[in-house]
This record gives sequence, C-alpha cells and structure tokens, in this order.
Amino acid sequence: MLQTALDTKPSQDTKSACDIHLSAFRYMLLARVLDEKFAALYRAGGKIHGGVFLGRGQEGLSAAIGVSLQKGDVFAPLIRDAAGRLAFGETVLDSVRTYLGSAHGPMRGRDGNVHRGNVHEGLLPMISHLGAMISVVNGILLARRFQKKFGTVGAACIGDGATSTGAFHESLNQAAVEKLPLVLVIADNQYAYSTPTSRQFACDNLADKATGYGVDVQTVDGTDFSACLKVAGEAVSRARRGDGPQMIVAKLLRLCGHGEHDVADYVDPELKKSPLGRDCLKLAQDFLIQKKWLDETQLAAMKGEIIHEIEAAVAQAQREPAPDPFSEVWRALASEHLSEGNAED
Amino acid sequence: MSLTYLEAIREAQARALRDDPRVFIYGQDVGAFGGAFKATKNLAVEFPGRVLDSPISEDAMVGMAVGAAIEGMRPIVEMQFADFSLVGFNQIVNQAATMYWRTNVPCPITVRLPFGGTSGSGPFHSQCIEAIYAHYPGLIVLTPATVEDAYSMLLEAVALDDPVVFCEHKFLYRHLKAEKLPDEALPIGKARIAREGRDLTIVTYSAMVHEAIEAANELSSEGWEIEIVDLRSVKPLDTDTIVASVARTGKLLCVGEAWPWGGVTAEIISRVTVEGFELLDAPPQRLNAKDTPVPYHHNLWAAHRPTARSIASAARNLLSQ
Repeated sequence: MLQTALDTKPSQDTKSACDIHLSAFRYMLLARVLDEKFAALYRAGGKIHGGVFLGRGQEGLSAAIGVSLQKGDVFAPLIRDAAGRLAFGETVLDSVRTYLGSAHGPMRGRDGNVHRGNVHEGLLPMISHLGAMISVVNGILLARRFQKKFGTVGAACIGDGATSTGAFHESLNQAAVEKLPLVLVIADNQYAYSTPTSRQFACDNLADKATGYGVDVQTVDGTDFSACLKVAGEAVSRARRGDGPQMIVAKLLRLCGHGEHDVADYVDPELKKSPLGRDCLKLAQDFLIQKKWLDETQLAAMKGEIIHEIEAAVAQAQREPAPDPFSEVWRALASEHLSEGNAED
Repeated sequence: MSLTYLEAIREAQARALRDDPRVFIYGQDVGAFGGAFKATKNLAVEFPGRVLDSPISEDAMVGMAVGAAIEGMRPIVEMQFADFSLVGFNQIVNQAATMYWRTNVPCPITVRLPFGGTSGSGPFHSQCIEAIYAHYPGLIVLTPATVEDAYSMLLEAVALDDPVVFCEHKFLYRHLKAEKLPDEALPIGKARIAREGRDLTIVTYSAMVHEAIEAANELSSEGWEIEIVDLRSVKPLDTDTIVASVARTGKLLCVGEAWPWGGVTAEIISRVTVEGFELLDAPPQRLNAKDTPVPYHHNLWAAHRPTARSIASAARNLLSQ
C-alpha cells in the first residue's frame, strides 16, 4: 500500500483527504490571485521591470507537487509554479519582493521575477536555461547520500519544451544511474512559448522518454487537482522509500501567454475548448463544493484573506528600499582576496 | 624519488580526499580505470565510494557538482579533455559562476581540464580555452606550469569557496618531473618570476613557460637577459607583478598557446598599456597560436603553437626596437 498525500502524508499523518485538498486549493487560489496582481502591476507600467510569467491553468499540478513535499526536501520549480512554491514554504512577501526589486528580497535585486529561491530552505533559484536545474537537484541528493541523510526527496519541474534539451536527457539518465530520489514533473502544456508540441517531439507520449531511461512514470490529467495530488503523492512516496527517480507527465493547457507580453493568439481555439483547456481552479472549486468540503461563504472568506495578504505584501515591498548601486558589493567571488576588476571602485 | 606533473595532480587529489571528507571525484572513467590519463589511479580503491564514474554527460556532471557543492560537499569534476568541458559550459558559467552572486551561497567546485596541445591530438583534444572561462565573472581560472604548482594549486583550488577551472597541461603531464612535493607555495593570485632578466619581459603561463625559458636560454648566449613571468593563475591576473617586471625591462612580449583573438595575452597588453604605458620602451607584442583549429600532423601542430624558436624570434624583433 502506497503512502500518498491523500491518505498518510508522513509528516501530517492525521490530515484527512479533505484537509489536503483544501490546503492545495488554497495555494492554487493564492497563486492565481498573486499572479493576477503581478499581471496588473506589469500592465500598469513602471512597477515591474522585465517579464511577468503566470501559472494560469497549471496551479493544480504545481500545488499538488508542493503539498506532497515536506520540510527538508528540495524543490526546483519552473516559471509557472507559484502555487508549488507557496505550498513548499515560499512567502507571498518574498515573491512580491523579487518582482518589485526590494533589496530585502531573497535575490536582493540581483535577480528577479521567477528567478528566486532560498538554497538553505531547499528552494532552488532557477537559471533560465531549461533542464539545467535537474542535475543540480541530483547533486543535492547525491550530497545527502554522502552525508548519510536519507529520506528526503528532490522535485524538479519543467515543461514540454525542456524535454528537448540535452540537459533533460543527461540529468534524467544520471538520476536513474545513481538511483536518486528525484521526482521530475513535466507540465505538458501544449506550447513552449509559441511552439506546439507537434514541432517539439514526435513520440506519442512524453512518458515514453522516462521508459527509455528505466525511470518509473505516471501520466495524469493536469486539470484535475485531485488526480494530481494522488499521482504526485505516490511518486514522492516511491522516491522517498528508495524506488529511484520518478517522472510525472501532466497534460494540460497553458491558459495565458508565455509571459504577460505575449497575447498568445497562436493557441489553437480547439484546444481551448477541449478538456485540456479546462481551468483547474474552477474544476477544483466545483469538486470541493460538490464534496461539501467547501461552501460559498468559506470560499469568499478564503478569497478575502488571500487578497488582504497579497495587498499587505505589495504595500510592504513598495515601502522597502531598492538596491543601491553605490553600496552594492560588485563582487562575484566568495573569495574576496581573489576578486579583481572593481577593486579600485 | 621523482614525481611527474600528472602524479602531482593524483597526489593532490589523494590528499584532498584524505584530509577532507567533503571531497569526492566525479568524471568519466575516473573510477576503477583511474582516468583517461591516470590522474585518479587507485583512488577509487583507496577511497571507496568517493571516486565515481559518470555517464558521458558533461552538462549533468557539472550540474551534479554544483548541487553537491551548495549542499556542503567539495566535488572535483574531471573533464576527460578540456575541449569536452564546452558541453558542460552552460553549467560552469551560468550555474556555478552565478551562484554566489545571486544567492550568497558559495559554490566550491573544482573542474579539472586536461588542456593544451600534444602532437597528434588534433582539433578536439588540444584546445586552450582558459580565456573563455576567465571572461565570466565568478570563476577562478588556474594554469599551473610546474609540478609543484600543479600540486599546491589543486589543493588550494579544492579549499577555495569559489568555482575553479583548473587547466592542467597534457604536454606537461609526463614531461615534467620534480624531486618532491612542495612544503610551501605561493598563494593563488600571485604570479612567479620564473627567470630574472633585465632586457625584456615575457609574460606567459602553463606549457609556454617552458618554451619561453628555452628561448631565454638561447637569447642568453646572444647576450640578452630575458625575465619570465609565470602567471600561474590567469584569473585573477597578477597585474602588479607584470607591471613591476615591465618597469625593470621596458619591453613586453606576451606568449599564449591559445588562439589570438582576445584572450589572456590581449588582456595583459591592455592592462600594461593602461597602467604602465610610460614604462614601455617599445610597443608591447604578443605571440599566440595560429587562428585555425589545432592541427593533427606533427609538422603542422609544431608550427601552429608558439615554440622556443618562434618566441626567441619575436623577442629578437622586440629587442632590436
């Protein structure tokens, strides 16, 4: 019998299926409202420099990964994983600080938007090169094996586009060879920027790629958060108990542009009308109400709390100082005595 | 007993493994086989479980090292040839080199690059690519020219909190011998005066130090005394030692086995021109490999890279100005 997030999450044995679903749903809703806030700030102009990347349509999958992990695990999210980040422990305030460029944010203005994290908390700040974080997760897991720290899991998220990279293939194979507790999550959201999957790969199912490396794989309807919770929980449990790397392929549709600069008029209208185009948040809400795990009053209260939390975070981040180029330490090396180039500044 | 440059690298790794439980080695064929050049010979037996064969996946090899490093380990990655590190280039320059600046978390990895030309190795097993790594902020790039430096600088590299690209010259692997391992060493970041002189300064590094010494010996018989600066590390670059030498000699010739466009020799000339223009009695010169891929045949290879003869010739031209 597998342990899953649905029945016995190891750190929260007493949590019921209702609690787990409600927890995931709250992170989905929090991520959706937070994303919408970022989009609004972007459109207003001036508040956010650089791009804004939303997770609309992928919150169910992302939240499922986040709530299936526990403290001490490692998480390398991608650009559409606000829900998973929040479920893994990132604060709304740190998300907002990074987008708005607060000097108090985890990246201190040196990096921004989705390139945020906290290495000490196991939340890896992604670089932009797709597939590149997977082997870094492998390395952390290998280090823990050396250090005889067992029982933790590392999850990495990518999209269908990243499965075409060499980094994806190298690192999935590497995890399989070393039998690492890696959970690799692929959000097969039908487009990599504007490129449809028909121009990305020619196999029937991305899951075939895992099979090629001897990696266990499950395919799931990414619009169904309850199904995602089940599959993610099972994959994390298998990895945690030593069954080696696990892959999840979630089929869904990106319900936004690549970034907020992208109107995404290339998305096939038929896809939007297909089951892939359903909004996971709406489905989750209907599911919870139908199960009587949530009613309209509770939902309204939850939304109110979330809006308040986000508005408070935006207000605080806007009051915080921006990074100051005159007091910035322009040094890329930890070894101060070996730093050159700006010593005279 | 005597010991080669290659054996010094093996001994430095053995000592690092012995002294520091955080150290492990990861690379292709480094385990039971002992590495393509035998730089890890018997280490897998002496240190069970800490010398791991990797798949042929340079990107994932470096990514794995980065992950292990930020989790408290001190990985040494062996690239089979420097040329192949370009497959892992992204992880070195975009992941490892940016980690500390972005996150405040140090990324202490050492990537060993067997580099430089040997006769018969051809375009893809001979490259000198130190300059492209030195271009990126966040990396330390080392180019030891002696057995003693190969040993001491590799040990220091592993102890540093930053990612180090350790360029070990294949031509020196078996040619160069020393009587014993050093007890003390210059720190990383300091250049060494390999030969004192008064008439002209040659600044160079790695295998070219030995070609330059041979050229200096030849010129000595003609009455010229050449000073040779062995950079040891190309990043950081010890500009002070270079400028001080140029102050003594008034003439500068930079020699590199790498290609001519940009690179270490161009950087040195730029710095000396900015910081010590008034010290120069003649325009500074540089000598590099030809601007083609590294050739296979010995006749072509020997003419492609700078040699004692071509260095002596360039020095004579400069001395006559």
